[in-house]
Amino acid sequence: MSQANRKPRFKWHIVVFLAPAVLVYTAIMIFPLFNTLRLALFSEVDQVRVFTGLDNFRTLFGDPRWSESFWNALGNNFWFFVIHMVVQNPIGILLAAILSHPRLRFATLYRSAIFVPTILSFVIIGFAWKLILSPIWGIAPDMLDAIGLKFLYAPWLGKEEYALTTLALVSVWQFVGIPMMLIYAALLSIPEEVLEAGEIDGVTGASAFWKIKLPLILPSIGIISILTFVGNFNAFDLIYAAQGALAGPDYSTDILGTFMYRTFFGFQLQLGDPHMGSAIATAMFGIILIGVCIYLFGIQTRMRRYQF
Amino acid sequence: MKTKTFGMALLATTILGGAAMAEDVTLTIESWRNDDLTLWQDTIIPAFEAANPGIKVVFSPSAPAEYNAVLNSKLDAGSAGDLITCRPFDASLALYDAGHLTDLSDLGGMANFSDVAKSAWQTDDGAASFCVPMASVIHGFIYNKDAFKELGLDAPVTEDEFFAVLEAFKADGNYTPMAMGTNDQWEAATMGYNNIGPNYWKGEEGRLALIAGEQKLTDAQWVAPYATLAKWAPYLGDGYEAQTYPDSQNIFTLGRAAIYPAGSWEISGFNGLADFEMGAFKPPVAAAGDDCYISDHTDIAMGLNAASPNAEAARTFLDWMGTAEFASIYANALPGFFSLSSHEIAMEDPLAQEFVSWRGECSSTIRSTYQILSRGTPNLENETWGASAAAIKGTKTPEELGAELQSGLASWYKPQM
Repeated sequence: MSQANRKPRFKWHIVVFLAPAVLVYTAIMIFPLFNTLRLALFSEVDQVRVFTGLDNFRTLFGDPRWSESFWNALGNNFWFFVIHMVVQNPIGILLAAILSHPRLRFATLYRSAIFVPTILSFVIIGFAWKLILSPIWGIAPDMLDAIGLKFLYAPWLGKEEYALTTLALVSVWQFVGIPMMLIYAALLSIPEEVLEAGEIDGVTGASAFWKIKLPLILPSIGIISILTFVGNFNAFDLIYAAQGALAGPDYSTDILGTFMYRTFFGFQLQLGDPHMGSAIATAMFGIILIGVCIYLFGIQTRMRRYQF
Repeated sequence: MKTKTFGMALLATTILGGAAMAEDVTLTIESWRNDDLTLWQDTIIPAFEAANPGIKVVFSPSAPAEYNAVLNSKLDAGSAGDLITCRPFDASLALYDAGHLTDLSDLGGMANFSDVAKSAWQTDDGAASFCVPMASVIHGFIYNKDAFKELGLDAPVTEDEFFAVLEAFKADGNYTPMAMGTNDQWEAATMGYNNIGPNYWKGEEGRLALIAGEQKLTDAQWVAPYATLAKWAPYLGDGYEAQTYPDSQNIFTLGRAAIYPAGSWEISGFNGLADFEMGAFKPPVAAAGDDCYISDHTDIAMGLNAASPNAEAARTFLDWMGTAEFASIYANALPGFFSLSSHEIAMEDPLAQEFVSWRGECSSTIRSTYQILSRGTPNLENETWGASAAAIKGTKTPEELGAELQSGLASWYKPQM
């Protein structure tokens, strides 16, 4: 009885253990984030920073020029994301399924080879692919020529209608290793007994994949989708490395990241506007937040989990 | 004993040497000209340091496309160098207005520059000059003389001759008639639109009328260059849409193209790479005997960071930049960057001489979008990049482009409303 009445002692060790992470995370993530949100509410008039409330957002969504750039960037961003979802993730799952096949030889070699581009720098990827696809020095036209398909070649990176899709596919090539690794790990953790039980019931081969393995790796696919979403809506590097800050041709590869960079830091004769840039960054933050929330509350909570 | 004395002597020299080192002031130069790194390190800085003991200079360039953004961040953070290489017009004016650049009107060396030379780095009323002008660049076309000789062609003077030459190269098939791509967009505007344009809008006359609001970008003289650019497309190489600036440079210097729409800044680079004889011709005029106009663009200057702790030493350096010695070193080491000072400079490079000789035959102007008109959003210069690329690719008609640019400019620039 007396024990239950005693006030529980404050658990200092929890604070001590949490402190380093909290401090570092606050200093390099939370503070800059909120400062950016704050900066979006200001504007500079005659060298003086003045509070303007939501004026920047009114300009961003109300002014026909700003809103056109914004919706163009958002639309391109969605297309970039869609390509990743329909190309990168299915291929990643397929590769993982093949790799986890017990009779595949050289599995480690393939695994490493496919994963290597992921750790390469964007600058190298951007530069290498620009050279590969170049109409002048590139090997793409020659290779197509060698198999008699030269007519399929176009200067993809320079055409409004293909440039964004091309870059999205380059990005898919670079990052396909990540879903592959995650799914591969998930597939390996499926116990043999489950598969054997299925076999006894006559579920083998492809139908074992569709009926047993796929439902079991669904949570991993969910995680991959949300990682892809966040990664794509924060993307910037590849477009910048391959097409520059103007995201040419004619803004057809402009995504939110490059739009924000151009506005925030300025470009050539255009001077940077940190306040407008922050407004765009805030909009990006909002979009990602909404996307993550839809996933967390709409999908994650309804997903069934299996315990072995 | 002897060794001890020697040891003492050695020690003394290190102390003295250390003292001398401590007095040295080190100046850091911010620049976007990373191509000029060796020139500064091997030629300009030693010449200055020899004349001014006690001042050390470090040239620290960043990538051209990022320079403005990097510099602005550095200045705001207080970590920028003592000397700032100035972009012309508003980018530098904004730095001066923000208090990042010092007023240099009272600098002795400033007397060696004409008002036109200084105009790109002055306040709108001309009261304060904040950068020491270094050089201008001239636009034109560089051509492969050997290729022209092979086909028995002469450098074109009129527009009809220009397209006849291109047609001849296209028919011959051995050379790409003209080396330019639209991937990076700025070449289309800088080496395309602003290269051939002054002949249409009559140089300064049109440029100033545009600023005053008396002409509009929808007027014939501002739209016609886009129509001419559209005619270039068949003469550019296969897949020019994805051809980058370095691609074009390489195609030309490898001898695979006949004509290269150029700025004179290419000369020094091309001299080292091309093993054929190069010539230059100025932007073609409509009919023989017409007045010609060239883009002689004030491009680069040097200013003093207001927060510099070494302002005295930096002023000494800027003063030296106004001397004939600096002008001569710079103009000859970098043929194609023409000195803006009033000193008589003898230049040895034949191609540079060709370019600079046009100053005597034609009226000079600067790029139409640089002064005042790129102050707002949308930025006229950046819009012109996209428009020029679109004109060449034919994705929009010249009239559409003119209307688009005009509505963009009118959205923020009062005289054009």
